[in-house]
Amino acid sequence: MPVVLDADRISRSLARIAHEIIERNVSPRGIDELALVGIRTRGVPIAKRLAKAIREINGHDVPTGALDITLYRDDLMRHAVGPQPVIRRTEIPFSIDDKRILLVDDVLYTGRTIRAALDALIDFGRPKSIQLIVLVDRGHRELPIKADYVGKNLPTSLTQSVQVRLEEIDGRDEVEIQES
Amino acid sequence: MKKDLLGINDLTRDEIYLVLDTAEAMREIGQRPIKKVPTLRGKTVVNLFYEPSTRTRTSFEIAEKRLSADTLNIAVAASSVQKGETLADTAMNIEAMAPDVIVLRHASSGAGHLLSRICRSRIVNAGDGMHEHPTQALLDAFTIREHKKRIDGLKVTIVGDLLHSRVLRSNVLLLTELGADVWVSGPATLIPPGIERLGVHVSTSVNEAVEDADVIMMLRIQQERMQGAFFPSLREYFNTFGMTAARVARAKRDVIIMHPGPMNRGVEIASDVADGPYSVILEQVANGVAVRMAVLYLLVGGAED
Repeated sequence: MPVVLDADRISRSLARIAHEIIERNVSPRGIDELALVGIRTRGVPIAKRLAKAIREINGHDVPTGALDITLYRDDLMRHAVGPQPVIRRTEIPFSIDDKRILLVDDVLYTGRTIRAALDALIDFGRPKSIQLIVLVDRGHRELPIKADYVGKNLPTSLTQSVQVRLEEIDGRDEVEIQES
Repeated sequence: MKKDLLGINDLTRDEIYLVLDTAEAMREIGQRPIKKVPTLRGKTVVNLFYEPSTRTRTSFEIAEKRLSADTLNIAVAASSVQKGETLADTAMNIEAMAPDVIVLRHASSGAGHLLSRICRSRIVNAGDGMHEHPTQALLDAFTIREHKKRIDGLKVTIVGDLLHSRVLRSNVLLLTELGADVWVSGPATLIPPGIERLGVHVSTSVNEAVEDADVIMMLRIQQERMQGAFFPSLREYFNTFGMTAARVARAKRDVIIMHPGPMNRGVEIASDVADGPYSVILEQVANGVAVRMAVLYLLVGGAED
């Protein structure tokens, strides 16, 4: 069970992404229009850490929200084999209209979660743009989706699973590959 | 979850909490500019109402539409029931058109159980006679929990027409399951014999029953179900059991006043109490949509036990 990213690597990756965000959105008003939206569960603490990192770099407060995509999943009604997934609250306490949305998730895999998140976001308004940030891109896309900011590209096989653990939820920071 | 929601006993304690937690998330959808999610797209829900209803039918229909289900309403006054069709035949004909859910309101206790046996569609009981109204009890629990942050250990006093009330039965089952201390009060003629076996305190003195209550829930005097004289007059009922500001003052200072509607102002509840600062009656209505969305989501998508 190799740990592929430790706490130090995770924090350096996020610091780099924070700088990249600022660099790519320097146009007039660009920074003012930014807003972070984390996908539940682990996209939310990552989004908050990025907001903190951006504040430490240039003093800017980027509004941050949390998105639960369960109700938009494409596999929700397909196979009734177990109980329904638990839904948690979506909290986007600002208008996303004309914002540059930075959508944040922990792992990018098939792309289906991001597809659901895009549909969910569009139901909240019309952002100026949506950019995707992921801590880990493990490949195996099933939809034409690509991340704009990637913490680490992690080649995996389909039999493996990627576990992201974060201090706020799991008590420690690490990314681990498991054989299943 | 079981296939159908016919009564509170169809839910385990964990499932009750799951419905309430899911409803918390569903409520946020109602606050969006676009109040709709695609979750039940392509699912058909039939609202089959054999009794008049404004709140419950509207609430279910809004919940269904917010989840993108296709809904249709059968108001019995304009249906083949008027030509003598039985409930079972009507149900089998609707069933033949393959709906996913039938929401049933009926004047006979156990009507949902009958449909449950003959239909593959999932059945949600929206009130059956004097038996149960489970989604009302769930939305009441949701409203109580929102205000009190818990249900366990609260004194909940339910006053009114206990005999004819399906809201009472569902609430007693749910609130006792979650650990509330439930008191019921009403005229002796309207207290069903043996109700104490459900684990509630019974008192014919409303003043005693509301003493230090955290929650007061008023029930409607159901004149349409009353055959015979249960009390001398509505005026006397109000004087003896009506919820007045003086009686509310005996409860805890942060008491909440609930009523499932429709209210008879000046019969079971004084207008100044119904519209007063302790009243959460309209919040109950608002919460009903979120709770029904949660029930539909959990029933339609999940597997049967």
